[in-house]
This record gives sequence, C-alpha cells and structure tokens, in this order.
Amino acid sequence: MKKVVSFAVSVLLLATVFALPAQAAITPDDPSYNWERFKGQDVTLNVYNWGLYISDGSDGGLDINKEFEDLTGIKVNYTTYDTNESLYAKLKSGGANYDVIVPSDYMVGKMSKEGMLAKLDFGNIPNIAMIGDQYKGLDYDPNNEYSVPYTWGVVGIVYNKTMVKGPIDSWSALWDEQYKGNVLMFNNSRDAFAIAFKKLGMSLNPSSTEEIQKAAEELKKQKGVVQAYVMDEIFDKMEGGEAALAPYYAGDAITMINENPDLAFAIPKEGTNYFVDAMCVPATSTQKEAAEMYINFMCETQIALANCEFIGYSTPQVKAEALLPDELKNSPIMYPSKDVLANTEIFNVLPDELNQAMDEAWSDVKSYDEKGNDLLIPGILALAVAGIAVVFWRKNVKKKRNDY
Amino acid sequence: MKRMGAFSKLYLVLIFSFMYLPIAVMAVFSFNQSKSRTLFTGFTLGWYQSLLRNDMILSALGLSLVIALISSVIATVLGTMASIGIYSMRHTVRGVIMNVSYMPVINPEIITGVSMMLLFVVVKNSINLQIFGIPTLLVAHITFNLPYVIFNVSPKLRQMDVRMWEAALDLGCTPMQAFFKVVLPELMPAILSSFLICLTYSIDDFIISYFTSGTMQTLPIAIYSMTRKKVSPEINALSTILFVVIFTIILLINAKDSRKEKKNAVRI
Repeated sequence: MKKVVSFAVSVLLLATVFALPAQAAITPDDPSYNWERFKGQDVTLNVYNWGLYISDGSDGGLDINKEFEDLTGIKVNYTTYDTNESLYAKLKSGGANYDVIVPSDYMVGKMSKEGMLAKLDFGNIPNIAMIGDQYKGLDYDPNNEYSVPYTWGVVGIVYNKTMVKGPIDSWSALWDEQYKGNVLMFNNSRDAFAIAFKKLGMSLNPSSTEEIQKAAEELKKQKGVVQAYVMDEIFDKMEGGEAALAPYYAGDAITMINENPDLAFAIPKEGTNYFVDAMCVPATSTQKEAAEMYINFMCETQIALANCEFIGYSTPQVKAEALLPDELKNSPIMYPSKDVLANTEIFNVLPDELNQAMDEAWSDVKSYDEKGNDLLIPGILALAVAGIAVVFWRKNVKKKRNDY
Repeated sequence: MKRMGAFSKLYLVLIFSFMYLPIAVMAVFSFNQSKSRTLFTGFTLGWYQSLLRNDMILSALGLSLVIALISSVIATVLGTMASIGIYSMRHTVRGVIMNVSYMPVINPEIITGVSMMLLFVVVKNSINLQIFGIPTLLVAHITFNLPYVIFNVSPKLRQMDVRMWEAALDLGCTPMQAFFKVVLPELMPAILSSFLICLTYSIDDFIISYFTSGTMQTLPIAIYSMTRKKVSPEINALSTILFVVIFTIILLINAKDSRKEKKNAVRI
C-alpha cells in the first residue's frame, strides 16, 4: 500500500514539472489606462466564447486569460460554445449570467433588437481607436453601440489542386458532376443556403419563402455529388486528400493549407459571405466595467496579434495587422482586396417566419433522397405487422392444441 | 466448457476489435506530432504537456469528476434508502412509485434537461439567488442517477431472506444494528455496481449538464464546443489517460477478486 501511495505521489510530482507554465509579461499600449482598478476585490468574470477561439498557450503563444488575470487581478471563468444558436438559447433561458460573449454579426443584430445586450461605455474601451473603421458601423450594429469586432473573414472554396481540373472561380464548381463524391458541404443551414443563394445570383439574406424554396431545390440537386455535410471534420478530410472541394472560412483554410500544400483557396466571382465575430456584454451582466476592461485588453496590439496567430482568422486591429509577417498581411485569402470585399455580403437577422422556413427547408434537404423509394418504409412496416400477426396466430394454435 | 472452434475465436476477435480499435486509434493519435487525425507524422509527448497547462480543459475535467463522485455517492445512499422503503410498501403503491421512478430513464434526456432548467430558472427568480452552477448540476445528476440505483438494489433486496433480519432482531440486535450487520452486507454488491453505473452516467452526460450548468462547463460540453474548429489532440491525450486509469482499476479489481476465489477454492 505504501509503495502504491509513494508511486502515485511521485507521478503527480513529475506531472507538475511538465506543467510549469511559460510566463510572458506584456507591455500595454496605453500606459495611462488603469488596469488595476479591480485588484484585490475578488472579481470573477464569466467569459463565453467559441471553442478554440482564444490563444491559450498550447502552441507556444500567449495564454491570454492568464495574462489578463496576472495584469488585472480579475479571475476569468472561461467557457465555450459551438454555435451562435446555442449561445442565444443559453442566454435567453436565463439560466446563465455571462459578462462577455462573442456572437457573430447577425446574432449581434438579433440580440440587440431583443434588448439582450448592454450599451458599451467606450470610455472604458479606448483601444477601439485601433479597430479599423471599415469594421465599425456595419448593418448589424449601425451606431456602433453594442459590439467591438474580434475577428473577421470571408467564406470561400478550399480545393485540392491535384484533384481539380480548370480554374475554380464559381460556386457552381461545388455542383460539378465531374467531382461527384468528392465535394463537401456546410452542415449548417445559414451557410449552406448562402452558397445556394449566391450561385443563383440572389442576396444571401432572403426576403421571401419563395427564394428559400428555390435555394432548397438547388441544394437538393447538389446532394448527388456531395460526399458529406461537415463542420470540423473538414480539416481531416481536406488535409488527408479525401475530398476535392469544400466551402469553409478563410482563416481555417490557411490552417489547412499549412498542413497540406496541395490545397488552395478561392473566392468565387458571384460574391460570398463576409463575417465578423464581435465581443458584446449581455444586459444581465453584473460586472459591466470589468467586462469592458476585458474587451479593451483583447484590443491590445500584442494580444490581438497573439489571437490572430492562434485562431488563424483575420484581425480587425490595424496595428496588429501591420505587425503580421508579409505573407499573411498581403495574402489575398486573409486580407482580400477592396474589390473582392465589395462583392461580399454580411448576414442580416431574418424575420421569424423566414428563419422557420429556412429551418424546415434545411431538414427537407438533409432528408431528401433522390433515389429513395417512397414505398420502402411502409413496406417494412407492413412486413413487421404481418410477422407479429403470424407469431400470435401460431401461439394461439399451439395453445389450442395443448388444451386438447 | 466446449473448446472454442476457430470461427468462434475469430468472431470474438472481430467483436473486440470493433469495440476497442477506435480507442486504440485515438490513443495512437494522441502522440501524433501534427493535429491531423488521419496522418501520423511523428511521435511526441507534447500534447500531454500542453494538456497539463490547459486550464480550461483541466477545470472542466475537475468539475466532471467532482460532480460524478458527489452525485453518485448521494444517489446511491438515497436510492438504497428508497429501495428499502419501497420494499415494505403495499403492492399498488409500490407499482405506482416504481413507475414514477422509472420516468427519468424512459424520458428523452433533452426533455429532462430543459424541464429541470425551467424549474431552476423559476426557483432562481423567486429566491433571487444565483443557483446555477454546481448546486443545479448536482441536483440534476442525482435525479437521473436515482432510478438506476433503485432498479439495481430492489431485486437484490427481494432475493434476500427476510428471516435473516428477523433472526438478527431475535438474537438481540437493535433494528439499526441488524440493518448494518445483516442487510447491508447482503446488498453490498448491488450498491457497489449501482455506484459504478452512476459514475459512468454522470461523467458521460451531456444534454442534461448542458442545460443545468449555468456558467460552468463539464468535460463533454468543453469537447462539444470545439466542433467548429478542429478538436484539439489534447482531448485525445485526456481520453487516453482516462481510459488507462479506468482500465488499470478494472484489472486491479479483477485481480483481487480472482485471488480471493483461488484462496477460497484451495480451502475446500
């Protein structure tokens, strides 16, 4: 017993040796900002962000939450979510009290219309001056009251140069029969419909259910060539060369290209989706000033740079962008030219009936089987009922036989 | 026992590999140098090191384990007490209570999760206290663990000979002493197995924890939130560690049991 205990203790000690963190002190941009207002007051901040969306030191960079805790004395309770809709559901239910959230563009618009966000006090966020003007005042937050941009990017086609023929410059490449079984597609309704809308030359913010139906028909036509509907499985599939084409976000495309140099990224000529993820403070937050300090910290040049390198998405902080290595700064994937950006559209909040119509159409598309036989399920059911009837009849006959 | 034919052995190998190959692949890729899950590029222990530094995953793991342990203990104790109470009820009342106890098992987890969350929100708003977090997680986990304990301990209770307990009383035990000296040792195997079942269900639970966790997160929630970007191989490392620990515990328990059996066999 003693031997087991001492062995366990020595294993634990060895583990702590490996666990020694790498410390890095940061120098704030503006020395006049008082970061230590909350030191010693035992404040905890609840931050709710996307998964793997902050530099946490696992690839050798800064551990941003730790840096924030060391600098300000505020403890960060950092938890994560997978989609905007889960974030919305969690907040709406009233079951959780977050102080900083990072919704995407259309979700900021939706939440601000429903009064779920607090108006930010930009006196506490002076670093907003370093956020480029082209990212402020967009449709989802026209007066720039509720959000501070965190990352941005565009959607495009990731393709394997060795598996495709001819230039990839249009969304119709994802419908091309010669790539049958080698095309991946978004596994969420908003992104998938956006691609169908763009292929048909329509706006990716539908204004009627007819437009949604037309796009649903396009998606059904595409089903024959689609290998799978994926989200994060796309990394393994494209890096492993299992598929030829897939639509995905620009920052993730860079990650994939780094792992597999056969890959390339193209922004189709019909235009595409331009997205911005922004930091907001929910209206129910009890630590608004500490939350604003956190947002200000994220806009620090060193911090934004570390985030950009870890997450891979483009940064809206202009000083951090200037410090990036040349191949990223001038990359047409990460920082496309103004003409390309002019051809992009940002998601807007859709009214409830259109959201519902889109959800129903998406379920329809996912369950559509063009080669399917409508008689298959009723046929199996009929067989099952017949089988049960036969069993009961035989039991009855046996019982009657035993009675005699 | 008949000697196993070649086909039976092959079948056994196939079934076991179907169950364990995914775990083996996951363990192998926890040593992978790149983040890929399909190409093995090189051997490294780096993911284990960065796992030990990843505060978010470690705190999620810690919360999962703490909630699992505490809720399993409380559920086992409550469930055993409930089984004994149910055992002495009239037939009709017992039927009703058993059916009601079975509902959290039959109900889809999402219904249990959402309804518990709504209940907690109402309670939170009426007493104006922030209860979401560990208290709500504990209550939810105990609730869905309870039926499993009741349904494990009740049959064992019925199998037990009631006359043993009466004999103990006759021989001078107080009811409490009789319970601890006679009934509890009889029920111990069922209690232990239901404790292990509760532990497993608690660590594994995603939906109910998701709705009742407030601003905290358990391990399954942390892993699920990584699905927009690639799930980090640190999760592979963590899963491998969990698997090795549980496997070792099972081996040790089985070794102890077989040693006990050998000892008893020799005596005869």
